[in-house]
Amino acid sequence: MKGEKLIKKIWNSMKFPLIAIVLGFLVGAIFIIASDNSPIVAYQALFQGSLSSFSSFGETLYKTTPILFTGLAIAVAFRTGLFNIGAEGQYIVGAISAVAAGWYFQGLPHLPLIIAIVISGALAGALWASIAGFLKAKIGVHEVITTIMLNYTALHLSNYIAKAVLNPQVLEGTEKKAHTVSLTDAGKLTKLNEIIPQFEYSSAHTGIFIALAMVFVIYILLFKTSIGYELRSVGKNPDAAEYGGINKTKNIIISMAISGSLAGMAGAVQVAGLLYKVSQTPNMPGYGFDGIAVALVGQNHPIGIIFSALLFGILSNGSRKMQIAGIPKEIIGIIQGVIIVFVAADQMSKILEKRKKAKIKPKEGDEK
Amino acid sequence: MSNVVEMKNITKIFPGVIANDDIDFNLKKGEIHVLLGENGAGKTTLMNILYGLYRPTSGSIFINGEKTIIKDPNTAIEKGIGMVHQHFMLVQTFTVAENIVLGREPQKGLSIDMEVANAKVREISEKFGLKVNPEAKVMDLSVGIQQRVEILKALYRGAEILILDEPTAVLTPQEIEELGVIMKNLVAEGKSIILITHKLKEVMSISDRVTVIRRGKFIDTISTQDTDTDHLAELMVGRKVNLTVDKQTKEFTGNKVLEIKDLHVLDNRFLEAVKGISFNVNEGEIFALAGVDGNGQSQLIEAITGLRKIKSGMVFINGEDVTKYSSRKIIEQGVGHIPEDRQKRGLVLDHDLAENMILGYHYKEPFTKKLMMNYSEIHKHAKRLIKEFDVRTPSENVTAHSLSGGNQQKAIVAREFHKDLKVLIAAQPTRGLDVGSIEFVHKKIVEARNNGTAVLLVSLELDEVLALADRIGVIYDGRIVGSLDAKDADEKKLGIMMAGGTINKVEGGEDI
Repeated sequence: MKGEKLIKKIWNSMKFPLIAIVLGFLVGAIFIIASDNSPIVAYQALFQGSLSSFSSFGETLYKTTPILFTGLAIAVAFRTGLFNIGAEGQYIVGAISAVAAGWYFQGLPHLPLIIAIVISGALAGALWASIAGFLKAKIGVHEVITTIMLNYTALHLSNYIAKAVLNPQVLEGTEKKAHTVSLTDAGKLTKLNEIIPQFEYSSAHTGIFIALAMVFVIYILLFKTSIGYELRSVGKNPDAAEYGGINKTKNIIISMAISGSLAGMAGAVQVAGLLYKVSQTPNMPGYGFDGIAVALVGQNHPIGIIFSALLFGILSNGSRKMQIAGIPKEIIGIIQGVIIVFVAADQMSKILEKRKKAKIKPKEGDEK
Repeated sequence: MSNVVEMKNITKIFPGVIANDDIDFNLKKGEIHVLLGENGAGKTTLMNILYGLYRPTSGSIFINGEKTIIKDPNTAIEKGIGMVHQHFMLVQTFTVAENIVLGREPQKGLSIDMEVANAKVREISEKFGLKVNPEAKVMDLSVGIQQRVEILKALYRGAEILILDEPTAVLTPQEIEELGVIMKNLVAEGKSIILITHKLKEVMSISDRVTVIRRGKFIDTISTQDTDTDHLAELMVGRKVNLTVDKQTKEFTGNKVLEIKDLHVLDNRFLEAVKGISFNVNEGEIFALAGVDGNGQSQLIEAITGLRKIKSGMVFINGEDVTKYSSRKIIEQGVGHIPEDRQKRGLVLDHDLAENMILGYHYKEPFTKKLMMNYSEIHKHAKRLIKEFDVRTPSENVTAHSLSGGNQQKAIVAREFHKDLKVLIAAQPTRGLDVGSIEFVHKKIVEARNNGTAVLLVSLELDEVLALADRIGVIYDGRIVGSLDAKDADEKKLGIMMAGGTINKVEGGEDI
């Protein structure tokens, strides 16, 4: 009885994302046909390239790792009614702090050093996001504005640090480089192929396990602790939360800090698992924005986000194989876009429905 | 007499809910016909169908004997149907006449001929005895007069059939009486009126016939002269209801539990809404604040419960200065609060019932231990309260959203009464509730009083104030304009004070 209900509940929340995904692939197929290719060949390449072997799956996993973090980050903020567009910036400060921690604690053995790196990334992200949280809570500046602005601030700050503070020229006395010093071997996350040789050449690393652990932590935090209860209450109805003695201001800051710490961790894990250093760049890394899509498709639920992050990982990894099969990689962009549009449309229709109801029935608490 | 409206076998199904189940309704020419039912019974849905806001799932409508499909409000207006909603739809900065002709303006070239408009409004208003000044700005008018403007708007559009949705909810007793006269005038001029209400006294004093619906089903149509309030209540609820509150008089210890001293509070526009209010509520006493909506009650309650900043003045609970306390610290003083807007303040509608039933003490044991919530305790607690307070819900796992208004209110009452109450602040605790639930909530409030809780009741319903209060204060324009012992109070005295009159001084009522 209870299990049945649970299955129904899960089905109800998964229904629309699944339909959206199917539609995404269908629309993608239309464009593949329009470009004189076979959708069967294309999708075969897509899935073979991303799932058919340990090594191709490994490639999918390493693409999944950062967006699993950022998706989770954005979902936490969403649950509190906040739109954290600043995961980009938080990712960037997380990454640069990871390099700093790696340098500063370089004498430490492997595990403590990894912990120091990840925590410093998380702290930096949390701090960065808290600026927006604080401004929102105390003087009501909308978080969308501040987080976008902080993204650029973070990018330029990171470039400056890479150039003038953590540059090999400054720290090691070598010639000037366009990137920071690299992590020492003790500060690098283990590659999966060192544990399971079948992963072969893939770049997958143990960061995925840190990400999955965070999914679990966030799930517990949101749904099993009083902190999560308060965050969710503020998100769903701030007036009622206030009435229930919940401090709105405090919870907005907490929510942004948690969200930022996850995005910061994404940066730190990406550095420790894959990049080992931070380069000067004029571009945003993009994981923060992808995280918005991941959170949306995952319905802001930690478990849902595992699957949606994996889906986006598959698409992004498989697109290379599709390209090799002669299909333009923009198709993947179309599929992603369609999925997002449909999932967003579902959410929109829910919001509109609520509005419509409120309009026709202005009388509070009357007939349903 | 002929039927001007005939609704036959009307069924309206919303996803998951049958709002109207095979309902028959007919309106005779020149009668005042009350549509009576509990909240959630489907009254407004039925009338929204007649006015074209909803399409019925099945059934047919005849206007003046002719089968009509009303696809939108414009069709309804063409057919001579006018609806006055509970919440007015007037442009505040426009004049009365401008509001009335809006959308059908008499024109002179490209501009609006205001002279003709004013004259027309004057003509209709005199014909039906609805006195208004066509050139007055709507924002300067009282709620009662605004309602007249709404009625005039419908008449200007040629309404022969008027639907009034809970028109008395926002009026003072005197205004209600005037509305009664207006309705009689309209009927005398050949109009027909449908009045939606759940107030039994109004039914008896105003209507010719009553149609009762319960839980979406047609129960009966009867002539008002053949019935009485007890019988109507029974039809409405489906069982015998005790309409009077059982309350023993008692001695008061005189211990001041809640003390308010010269409180000043601003509203959202930074205007002073509470202008220096002082009062005490004693242990085991119900102090009621009567008043028309919008006279500072909401801001006063929010200030006392820590939800709104206090500009100046003091609040004491059991002698402790709580003026600057956060809402949580005030709750911890033993304050229970039934908020006036249950959906805005009282519940997180998207949370399930179990999570809603701990709001306010969710962080305390046994519900939370070292930050971890104990959901089995939380569900046990919810189940207990659901049973004890008879909250009608399939289970504690459904969202608060899916409950009817009355059951949402019961859930809040259950939650607040679970606290160790020193002070209970009940703001319109029975707003929108049906007779059965009102009886229950009243019983619980009196129970709390008998157990020594100091109760501050804020209500727009004079019946409720008179039935429950030990002492009554009247709030008008942010001040308490008079207070009297419940046994000296009656509807007339309170009504005059509620409108800003000063009968208390003339009749010797005490000032605070």
